[in-house]
Amino acid sequence: QIHFVILISRQGKVRLTKWYSPYQQKERSTVIRELSGLILTRGPKLCNFVEWKGFKVVYRRHDSIILVILNLYASLYFCICIDPDDNELEILEIIHHFVEILDRYFGSVCELDLIFNFHKAYYILDEILIAGELQESSKKTVARLIAAQVNVTERCVSLAF
Amino acid sequence: RSEAPIPDPFWASLSSSSMAATSSSPSLVDTLFQRSLDDLIRALRSSSSSSVLEAAAIARALDEIRREIRSPDLDTKAVALQKLTYLASLHHLDMSWAAFHALELLPSPSLPHPRVAYLAASLSFHPSSTDLLPLATHQLRKHLAPSPPTPPPSWPPALHLLALASSADLACHLASDLLPILSGPLRPKAIATALRAFAVCPDAAPVLFKPLVDCLSLSSEPRAVSAAVSAFCELALAAPDPSPYLPLAPEFYRLLVDSRNNWVLIKVLKIFARLAPLEPRLAVRIHDPVCQLLRRSPAKSLVFECIRTVLSSLSDDDAAVRLAVDKIKEFLASDDDPNLRYLGLQALAMLGPAYLWAVEESREVVIQSLNDTDTNIRHEALCLIMGMLCESNVVEICNLLIQYAMKSDPDFANEILDAVLATCGRNVYELIVDFDWYVSLLGEMARNPHCAKGDEIERQLVDIGLRVRDARPELVLVARDLLIDPAPLGNPFLCRVLSAAAWVSGEYVESSRNLLELVEALLQPRTNLLSSLVRAVYIQAVFKVVTFSFISFIKQIQAFDTKSSADRNAAFESENGVATADKAVIFDSIDNNETIKHESVSHLLDFVETTVGPLSECDDVEIQERARNVLGLIHIIRETRYWDIVAEHGLTRDKKISEIVELMEAAFSEELGPVSTNAQKRDTVPEGLILNENLSDLAEILGDIDVTPCTSILFSLRCHHPTETKEDSAPVIEPSSLLAEHRKRHGLYYLPTEKDEVESNDYPLASDRLLAVSHVDDAKDIVKLTAQSFIPRKAKPTKPRPVVIRLDEGDGVSSSGLTMVKEFKDDLLSGAIRNVLLGNESKPSSSRDMSSDRTSRRGENDASNNNDLFSQPKESNALDGREHRKSSSRKSRHHTRHKEKNGSPGNEDIEETSHRHSTRSSRHQGRHKHRQRGDAPPDVVSQEPVIQDFLL
Repeated sequence: QIHFVILISRQGKVRLTKWYSPYQQKERSTVIRELSGLILTRGPKLCNFVEWKGFKVVYRRHDSIILVILNLYASLYFCICIDPDDNELEILEIIHHFVEILDRYFGSVCELDLIFNFHKAYYILDEILIAGELQESSKKTVARLIAAQVNVTERCVSLAF
Repeated sequence: RSEAPIPDPFWASLSSSSMAATSSSPSLVDTLFQRSLDDLIRALRSSSSSSVLEAAAIARALDEIRREIRSPDLDTKAVALQKLTYLASLHHLDMSWAAFHALELLPSPSLPHPRVAYLAASLSFHPSSTDLLPLATHQLRKHLAPSPPTPPPSWPPALHLLALASSADLACHLASDLLPILSGPLRPKAIATALRAFAVCPDAAPVLFKPLVDCLSLSSEPRAVSAAVSAFCELALAAPDPSPYLPLAPEFYRLLVDSRNNWVLIKVLKIFARLAPLEPRLAVRIHDPVCQLLRRSPAKSLVFECIRTVLSSLSDDDAAVRLAVDKIKEFLASDDDPNLRYLGLQALAMLGPAYLWAVEESREVVIQSLNDTDTNIRHEALCLIMGMLCESNVVEICNLLIQYAMKSDPDFANEILDAVLATCGRNVYELIVDFDWYVSLLGEMARNPHCAKGDEIERQLVDIGLRVRDARPELVLVARDLLIDPAPLGNPFLCRVLSAAAWVSGEYVESSRNLLELVEALLQPRTNLLSSLVRAVYIQAVFKVVTFSFISFIKQIQAFDTKSSADRNAAFESENGVATADKAVIFDSIDNNETIKHESVSHLLDFVETTVGPLSECDDVEIQERARNVLGLIHIIRETRYWDIVAEHGLTRDKKISEIVELMEAAFSEELGPVSTNAQKRDTVPEGLILNENLSDLAEILGDIDVTPCTSILFSLRCHHPTETKEDSAPVIEPSSLLAEHRKRHGLYYLPTEKDEVESNDYPLASDRLLAVSHVDDAKDIVKLTAQSFIPRKAKPTKPRPVVIRLDEGDGVSSSGLTMVKEFKDDLLSGAIRNVLLGNESKPSSSRDMSSDRTSRRGENDASNNNDLFSQPKESNALDGREHRKSSSRKSRHHTRHKEKNGSPGNEDIEETSHRHSTRSSRHQGRHKHRQRGDAPPDVVSQEPVIQDFLL
């Protein structure tokens, strides 16, 4: 089972957090602090798994093309915390899946997209994972669902004005 | 609405004035000039340069939000909530105070509002701390209410919230509302939600479980199957006893064979890894499909899962293990992917010492991995190697590792040292056979330039000294080497090791070969680099050395004198005549190989006096005190008449001398031993604490264990004189009944009996097991010694404890009633599931003939369609079960319930609650209830064989 998902920028800024196991607010801050210390210090071309307090954390660096050119924000780290007996490679695929969907939705996702559309990022994540379980393994379906939701929402907003 | 950027000072003044005017109630101005989320983000980003600015910006935003969120205008409220959500999720603010406002937005007719509210709620609600959750029940139910044809967009977020934040109450109340969704287009989400609902509220299981099982069937859409499989995977992994899921094995098997979806396969494999140990036939069954996946699948994640399944559950199957090991080798050989190498090492580590050959085969890769750039991989490799240590290879591997640590970087060197120390020291050095080797290895570790493990090395050096008598000579040698070398004195990490070395060479000075050299090392000038405490230990060691050399010198003379006089007197005189110049007292002591010359002793004393002298003026009291002790001793020795005219015959019987010798000997005669960790427990039991009361019921259970405490044990004292063995026997004074009871209860923590009760009446117990061993015999042989100390340990502690545990956990399958009594949620859950599943699958005896007749026909039809690996009769059995479940599930569910009720009366209220729920979902129950009650008792018997049938 997935315990939480965190996106951290290389500067250690949190870009998204989602907790599937109950963590109090205080615990959440310490978890993020410890993990970013652990993960951000790891160099490239190392393995993507870190052991942390009896759990495993699978992380993946996502270098967006645009951002590399801008050289403003080099990368985002996608971290997912799982139980020790879970399959790390599977989680790595889930991360990949998530990134691809984000890419598809935002058009090569960059950190700014996530900053200004944080609720959309959450909606997308909610389509993929519910209660720490993978829900939707088809990229097309997720894209369709999200698009439908956004349409409905925007229609409502335009009606309101 | 409020996109126009407002200059901050203006805003600040405005907000402060409005605050002043209306104290806290939101004004129209707030609504009109509200900052949107984007504005907030921009403001935060512009101030992100310094943390102070940022904190100020956040605080200001929070003030705004607090006002805005109370606005009667829902739009304003929603934006405020959204901003708060942003701050809470990314800047770790506490937003629990806004829970009520989130709930306020839920019923809003405008669609974005509930969405925002659900997002806020799912991120911040906490089942244990959010007491407002019950308020959401009604709204959730409304949002979940079926409204065909298209599912309303409020379903998914509502489900999501339910999944994340459901408390037991919420789950119970909404379980029945989930039912329609479980068959609708949002099935996968509903399944995940139902899973959470089970977890917090086992009572919901009877209602929700059947649809979940149905999702596994062939006809379901793949997404539902996938969701259901992950739900079952989760349940089976979390349950302490997965046996209730055994009846579903045929379904999982079908998925394992048919499914092409890797996500599903991975989950199914996990389930089988859990189920296979319960049912040997299952392991045989899954062997073929797993091996096939292992051979053919291109997906590494799936292959890895197969490897794991094989290693954990099919480890008896040589062919499968062989195949898995081959795959692991492929993983290890993948140079470009560190992930695979990491996992490969981990998989090897799972094999355990029984499969040493597998590690042996990839030995080279493993050793190379110690050199990997990735610290995690190196760590895994180290763990793997450590896991493979056994008595036969410990010497070779540890030598190799310590050599390797010399060359590697500081962090990893210390990690290696740590691992070696921990592994070798485990369980009182159970791996070590050759202590001489290990002691010298410890010395080598201390010489590692990066060594920062001084504390542990110190502990083990001293500990081995105390515990292993035969290792002492080597220990003293190692200590000598450490002490003589001036290099480590400057290393702050090593001063603890040096302290241990000094203590060892002082305490076991009798094993030392060259006392003068030792004293010189202990008093070398560079010792002033050490901390005062360590120096104090050094000087104390000098004290012991001086004492020892003097005592042995005097004893030599006494031994000489007590011998028959004549010819030795002659020899003495002749010798005296020859070498009067140096006043030497030379004994050709044939008994001892060493002779201690008067000259050397006096030289030693001179040396000590001159070097320690200045220290008696030292600032530090510890050093000063000990230095004065030493000087005082030397003074006393010099005082004796004997010392000056030692050569004179007959004076050796001087009373004073023998008094001094006796005194000094007594001071150091008692051997120090390790203090057992439970020494505290030997304290007298405080008044008013009645141990017998609680333990009386345990006495029956543990009655078969031998707990008679051994009451008389010899306690030997160290003596330098071989003939004068002082023995002291002391019976245990403790109230033995109390002790026996305590021991019964905490047997795990007791040392083996014969070593445990070593007591002396004059000193509070510095007993140890090896000391005890040494009474039994002079255990010269280390192997014997280790055997002595291990065998009781292995036998003892494992005996009493598991008995107790097993009583709790029960041998699940046959006694479901017993499992149900347990108060853990998991067990309630698995009990409930067992009810549903077993109820579904087990046949009421009355209807057996009819249904089997019908299903055998269907079985044949289906078997021809399905090219399953199941053989035909078995297939029919499986289908039989499925079929039967559909036809009479409700009936049999009740059936089992009554059975449970009969079985365990303590279970009543759980049953009652679940009963309440199921009455809501089905109205037909009452009718069956009475009819079934009569059948119940015979069915208890039939339950067990039926599961077996269903397995395959």
